[in-house]
Parts: sequence; C-alpha cells; structure tokens
Amino acid sequence: MPVKDPHIIIQPEDTDKVYTTLNLGPTHPATHGIFQNILTMDGEIIVDAEQTIGYIHRAFEKIAEHRPYYQVKPLTDRMNYCSSPINNIGWDLTVEKLLGIKTNKKIDYMRIIIMELARITDHLICNSVIGVDSGALTGFTYVFQEREAIYEIYEEMCGARLTTNLGRIGGFEREFSPLAIKKIRDLLERLPGVLREFEKLLMRNRIFMDRTIRVGQISAERALNYGFTGPNLRAAGVDYDVRVMNPYSSYDDFDFVVPVGTQGDTYDRFCVREEELWQSIKLVENALENMPEGKHHVDVPEIFLPPKEDVYSKMEALIYHFKIVMGEIEIPAGEVYNAVEGGNGELGFYLVSDGGRKPYRLHFRRPSFVYYQAFPEMIRGSVLSDAILTMSSMNVIAGELDA
Amino acid sequence: MDNNFDILTLLKEKFSSEILSSETTFDMLSVTVRSASIFSIIEFLKTDPKTEYNFLTDICGIHYPDNELPLGIIYHLHNLRENRRIRIKTFVPLDKPEVATLTSIFSSANWMERETFDFYGILFTGHPNLIRILNVEYLDFFPMRKEYPQEDPTREDKDNRFFGR
Repeated sequence: MPVKDPHIIIQPEDTDKVYTTLNLGPTHPATHGIFQNILTMDGEIIVDAEQTIGYIHRAFEKIAEHRPYYQVKPLTDRMNYCSSPINNIGWDLTVEKLLGIKTNKKIDYMRIIIMELARITDHLICNSVIGVDSGALTGFTYVFQEREAIYEIYEEMCGARLTTNLGRIGGFEREFSPLAIKKIRDLLERLPGVLREFEKLLMRNRIFMDRTIRVGQISAERALNYGFTGPNLRAAGVDYDVRVMNPYSSYDDFDFVVPVGTQGDTYDRFCVREEELWQSIKLVENALENMPEGKHHVDVPEIFLPPKEDVYSKMEALIYHFKIVMGEIEIPAGEVYNAVEGGNGELGFYLVSDGGRKPYRLHFRRPSFVYYQAFPEMIRGSVLSDAILTMSSMNVIAGELDA
Repeated sequence: MDNNFDILTLLKEKFSSEILSSETTFDMLSVTVRSASIFSIIEFLKTDPKTEYNFLTDICGIHYPDNELPLGIIYHLHNLRENRRIRIKTFVPLDKPEVATLTSIFSSANWMERETFDFYGILFTGHPNLIRILNVEYLDFFPMRKEYPQEDPTREDKDNRFFGR
C-alpha cells in the first residue's frame, strides 16, 4: 500500500507566511545532550533548523599536543562516553601503527571482546532511548540493567566504569580476571533473552512503527555526501564497516554479518543497531571461546609499563618505568591515519609526530560531528516530535560532537 | 602499492605543475599540491571513474610556524568501492590563508571547514557560512596555532621542566 507523503512542501512564493521561531535546547530533556537547535516552524512543520554546537568543547586536540602519548588516552574516553573502550583501543592501535608494534592474537581477541561489549552498551542506550522518545519507557529500564552489568565488567577489568582508560599501548595492563570472564559469560547467557523481550516490545509494535517508519529519511547518496558512517550509513543501504573494510585487531578471523537497511529512516537505524547487537554478542562469544594462549601484552619494555614489583627490584624496569612515566620514550617521526569502527561510525585518528615526546598534531575524526550537520536536511518538513526521534536515532553524543 | 602508483601517475599527467611532492606512508598515498588548484584536483579525484574517491573522510589543519607556508590543510579521501585512501595536503601563507571550499562537491565539508577555520583561521573562499563552530564567536585568535600555549605562560607556581613538558 503506497503511503502518501505527509510532508508539506513550502513554496518559495509563500512569502506572506508567518513563521514561528522555536528554541530547542541547549539543555532540553529530549535532546539527550547539550546542543541547541533554533527551529523555524510553520505551524507544526519544521521549515528550517539552525544548529549551535560546541557547548562542551574541551579542546582535546590542543591538550593532546601537550601530553605524552599515554596521557592522551584519558582524553579519548570523554569523546563518545557511551563506548569509551573503543576510543581507548582506537588510540592504542594508532600509536602501535606508528611504532610498528604487532600485537599477538590473544591481545587482539581481548580487544575484540571489550570493543564489542562497548558497542553493545552504545547501541543499547541508543535504541532504548529511541523507545523513550517515542513514549515507551519500559524497554529502557529493561536494557539499562544490562548496560550496568557491562559496566561492572569494565570495572572488573580496569577499575573504572564510564571513562575507562582501558588497555595500554602494546596490550593490556592485566589479564581478564576469572571473575570478569564469569561476568561476561553470565551476560552472554542473559542478554539474548533481554534483547528478545526488548524487541518484542518495539520491533513490530504498531505505534512504534508508525512513529519511526519514513521519519528522518536520508538517501544513500546524500548520506555518503554528508560523510555518514556506521549504523546510520548502513541504515541507508551502504555496507561500509571499518571492521570489514580495513580489518584491525584480527576482526578478519571472525564471521559476522554487516546488517544494512533500505530506507535510511529512523526505523531502519533502529533495526540495524538491533541486528548489530546480536552480531556483537556472537563476536564476544566466539572471541571468548577461541581465546588463544599468549601474553596479555607485547614485549616492548620501552612502551609498556613494567610490573610494579620489578620496578622495586630490577634496575632496567625502574629505568623504563621512569622514562615512560616522564614521557621520555622514543616515538619515530611520521604521520598516520588510523580508523576504527566506533559506536557511531568511523572514528579516525590522524596523528602527526615530529619525533618529540608528544604528538605534533592530533586530529580526531569524530563520526557524530561529521554527520550531525545533515540534521536540518533530515527534519525539514517534518513535525517537532519526529525531529526529536530523528536526533535520538542518529545517536549524536555531545562529547564526541564537541571533542 | 601499485594502485597508489597508478593514481599518482594519473595525477601527475593531469596536474603536472600543481603536484609538489608525494610519499607513501603506512600504505597511504600522500600528495602535496598547490593551494590554488585544490578544488580542481579533488573534484577530479571524486568524479574521474579511474580514481573515484567518493567519500570525504576528514579535513583538518596543521601549523608549522617555521615553514615558508606555515598553515596546512589536510584532506583525507576514501574510495569506498575499491577501499583506497588518499591524503591531499596543501599549504598557504599566514597573511593570505585562502583556499577554495569543497562544499559544492561534499556537503560534509561544511562543518569540517568551519572547524578548520575556527582553529587555524584558514579562509575557505566560497563557503556558505564560514563562522566559528566550536569556540565562542567573539574569540579573536585561532587557538590551535602553535604560538598559543596551552597554559597561562605567566604562571609562576608551576615549572614545566618538572612536569615532563
């Protein structure tokens, strides 16, 4: 059954129209973050939107130019704080690429487990918030418990929950503890049931479908032109995934499906994320089952902090400890661009080193920043409540947007 | 690697006088070009069926205070069909930091160029809305340039020598 286009097209000759200006944000409970949108409305229809961003800009690129490499990592936590381990490991991989460090399979698999857990938290929040914004709070409360469980896993691995600073350049600070592995296994057992329940609530729910199908649509061509990546691009029908295109951290050892949508609307973005959750669960399972033997870090004493007992008893360890902590390690000059598949898309690190102790220039390619500029085009002609849904389905994270 | 070489030959054929230097680092071809021809080169790279770099990954600035042309603009392009990346660099002088905008061929360039303007003061000629994006509007300097220290240089309670900086 063909659906009639509900959008009203405003003709340029409609000059005697009186438009209302509506200020949405910067702090509005429905925007889930600090962004301002000044909407021009014709009755209930959005004619145009003007965005203001930068409310939580913290100048990470400038700060990074004054920090030794290992101190840059806590800055990356605070970009996409819904999936900070991906940012952490993305930075580790970038520096390792510059230094030419090759990690063993064990580290790669550990990284995959953590990155996929982080992707699960990211997508869980995004999808449940789409539900909240369309009036279904229940699903949000179901899945938030599982996000909490994943945060407990992080806590077991590194001690922190939100801003994790997880892993090190050259591996991990420690092995996964038996308790962490037990918690992952418990999660893997519980999560499919929760997800199925969550999907039952929303996926074929008539109200949810009416609210999301054909809302905030974007075509594949426009999405590519706007620099979309990640689930939002895949929902528009382009199967670009950094994990498949440029496999890093042994992602090519695993068999997983890259889901793509067809319409590029809110419902497709929801469904793509939902399917990615299942794929992530599978990836964590496979990585945990096939975890190879090996050490949890590469043998690079000049980069990787030695164990504390050795620092007290061995001279070399003490020297390396001192040099690493003071940022005196040798970093070759060069420039490198490295990308990982973050929660929202291609998270790129462009790093220029002049051989000094700190980056000469570091630029973060933040997916949210690139694709959020398409927002006015996506909501033009729709009503305000659809604009809210579109924004939450794009998963714009204020920390990543403003860096 | 061969692919990169082909692209470079193609570029040199088409824009021989505009290509200043090139190198391949970490499997990525990096080409430095004259700033006047940046638009035509990137348009060629996007539209030519042999190159087809159809995705603009990133634009960012860089500042080398000691160079003759101190301000740089770095473009990362991606051919999604064949999975090839290329980096295009161009440098402009401090007193006339002008380069043509890419907004007519890539919509994503809009905010990336605004960000580069915001931090480095590079003027993208023809840009529809070249105003600051992340910093406040009344800021009267470009904070990512190297002459601006991160911390207040008049502070006396902290000696940078003792902090590994």
